[in-house]
Amino acid sequence: MTVTLFIPCFVDLLYPRVAVSIVEILERLGHKIDFPEELNCCGQPAFNSGYWDEARAVALPVLRRLKNAEAVVIASGSCGAMQKVFYPQLFAGTKQEAEAKNLAAKCWEFSDFLATKLGVTDLGARFLHKVTFHDGCHGLRELGLKKPPRALLAKVRGLELVEMKEEVCCGFGGAFAVKFPMISTAMGEVKCAQAAETGAEYIVSNDSSCLMHIQGLADKQGMKLKVIHLAEVLTSR
Amino acid sequence: MSRPVQQFKAQAELSTHNLRLRATIQTALEKYAVVRDTNRRAFQDYQAARQAAAEIKWEAINHLDRYLEQFVSKLEARGTKVHWAGTGRLAREIILGIIREKKARSIIKSKTMTSEEIHLNEALEREGFEVVESDLGEFIVQLNKETPYHIVFPAMHLTRGEIKELFNRELAADASDNPEELTRVARRVLRKKYVGADIGFTGANFAVADAGMVSITENEGNARLTAALPKTLITLLGIEKVLPRLEDLALFLPLLATSGTGQPLTCYNTMYGGPRQPGESDGPEEWHVVLLDNRRTELLADAEQRDSLHCIRCGACLNVCPIFRNVGGPAYGTTYSGPVGSVITPHLRGWQDWKHLSFSSSLCGACTETCPVKIDLAHHLLQNRRKAVTQKSSLAGKLGFKLFAFIFNRPRLYRRVAPLGRLGQKLHPLVKGTRLDPAYAWTKSRATPQIAPRTFREFWRERNLHEIQQRPMQETKGQNQI
Ligand code: SF4
Repeated sequence: MTVTLFIPCFVDLLYPRVAVSIVEILERLGHKIDFPEELNCCGQPAFNSGYWDEARAVALPVLRRLKNAEAVVIASGSCGAMQKVFYPQLFAGTKQEAEAKNLAAKCWEFSDFLATKLGVTDLGARFLHKVTFHDGCHGLRELGLKKPPRALLAKVRGLELVEMKEEVCCGFGGAFAVKFPMISTAMGEVKCAQAAETGAEYIVSNDSSCLMHIQGLADKQGMKLKVIHLAEVLTSR
Repeated sequence: MSRPVQQFKAQAELSTHNLRLRATIQTALEKYAVVRDTNRRAFQDYQAARQAAAEIKWEAINHLDRYLEQFVSKLEARGTKVHWAGTGRLAREIILGIIREKKARSIIKSKTMTSEEIHLNEALEREGFEVVESDLGEFIVQLNKETPYHIVFPAMHLTRGEIKELFNRELAADASDNPEELTRVARRVLRKKYVGADIGFTGANFAVADAGMVSITENEGNARLTAALPKTLITLLGIEKVLPRLEDLALFLPLLATSGTGQPLTCYNTMYGGPRQPGESDGPEEWHVVLLDNRRTELLADAEQRDSLHCIRCGACLNVCPIFRNVGGPAYGTTYSGPVGSVITPHLRGWQDWKHLSFSSSLCGACTETCPVKIDLAHHLLQNRRKAVTQKSSLAGKLGFKLFAFIFNRPRLYRRVAPLGRLGQKLHPLVKGTRLDPAYAWTKSRATPQIAPRTFREFWRERNLHEIQQRPMQETKGQNQI
């Protein structure tokens, strides 16, 4: 199958290895990659801030370009939720409503694509560490992705998964993190503490934006926690 | 910046730095979650119960006119006096009118957030009346001259030790921090107040339309005493409290209890149908029911967000909200805090002053997931943000997002972001962590991620270039073989 990749700006600029790992995995499974370089953003920052016109301006080229894609794989639960859940709302009552719904139906967050759409969970990975998994809230609650990442982790050799006691937000939340830094930081502290409590070496997640926040806090506070994206775990040997 | 937003930020700064308080709240709510989950499992199908509850509330709110009329006519048939209050001010005037007419001096209250909403206690005290809160938590915060920390657990922010000190100081008691002993102290004080009170004042959890009755849920029995002992009873409730049928309580009482406190059912669930009837030996001689609008009808007129009136004030969304947990109720500066407060307050009290509450969320959706009547709170916050911006967008915001759209729609421009960013990050250490730092809001508490030496797009382009360079060679090779 030809898989169209959507790589948002923060993965592109800050965590390119995540995208490289996704390419590696999909190609190894025999899929052809189509990467529309011109799509850098799904429009979520504007949408979440209430600027729906501006969000549509950014989303429109995404809709157009992905119109004929066979399947779209998105390297973030949050951007995935934007296209799958919020595009239909954003374009409701506009000419693009049908197109938005059409795109929503064929978008997949990366782990969901592997485990649910392709039914592949064992990628032959080996990662000899104790880890805990952080559910990005959009992936977890907008897309309902509790199981796919865990199904994938279960097949990684040598990996021990210890769950945290709560499914709680890491406090990132995009602009929220800088508009209300004290609250965002407090939330992140709770997250880091719960992760540390598990005794895990790594926090794994399917959302780099959460990991950026968690790592930022952990580093600043001199905690030993390390973060790694699920895709990178799955390409470890 | 308007005052409420400054107050919110200042309070949030204080409470997020109060580690002891944050730990107290976290521990209390973790315990709540354990009991809540156990009792949710006692439902045959909890998700189906939520769905049924959402549908019943939908029915009630979308036919509010009919159900309210039914409720009121049944109440009046048994001699209850019903008052309609369009605004908080009117409600206060009606209530003060009744109290004056009765030449009353002291009022005993059971827990009601609606009276907090209309700032009743202040109004009554200003007029020289004695007002006593009889719910233990409310009694404590009243004594401590605070507003409730949480709509269900008003005094959850205080430790036993703090309550002990408060009681010993204010009530001339000599108690230890043993909860039973503390309760005894409160009871000793309150019993006298019940007997001496001229007016009993309650809120309501549900207004049952077909029965014409008010349903009150509590754990201490104080609402029963408040309603039964004084000669005059006043009940204040928002018009959205309606349930169509008596049998709906079979679902709503356990749902409210489980969501609210985690219990399978609260200890006392009482139905009030009217004042003392001829031949009856107890109960109030007069009952006044005050129905409050206070801009609820504006929400009712908003088809998109009408379902936020389904709220049964269980507090479950506050309990799971990481923002609420870390800043606490008082920071919100308004009666209804947490996710539901952030959703309804701008509608009820004005957009420009209260919109910040809708923006102060990471949109994690824990509220939506927990709400027993399935109000999609997280998405309501998004709707609120859109409405706030449509009403009045800031110039900076508008320009900012126009620029954002401009850059992201121009791949050639976007390509400059990485090199520019790398340059910026080289210079960043000069100002990093200081007030001159443009990223100060981030860097104050968090390390900054570095722009990669090679972005994914740069990687992809190089790879393609490489492939193109390889391809002609392979093709040439192929031709040679022929
Ligand atoms: S919005 Fe839902 S969860 Fe929150 S208080 Fe109301 S009923 Fe409870």
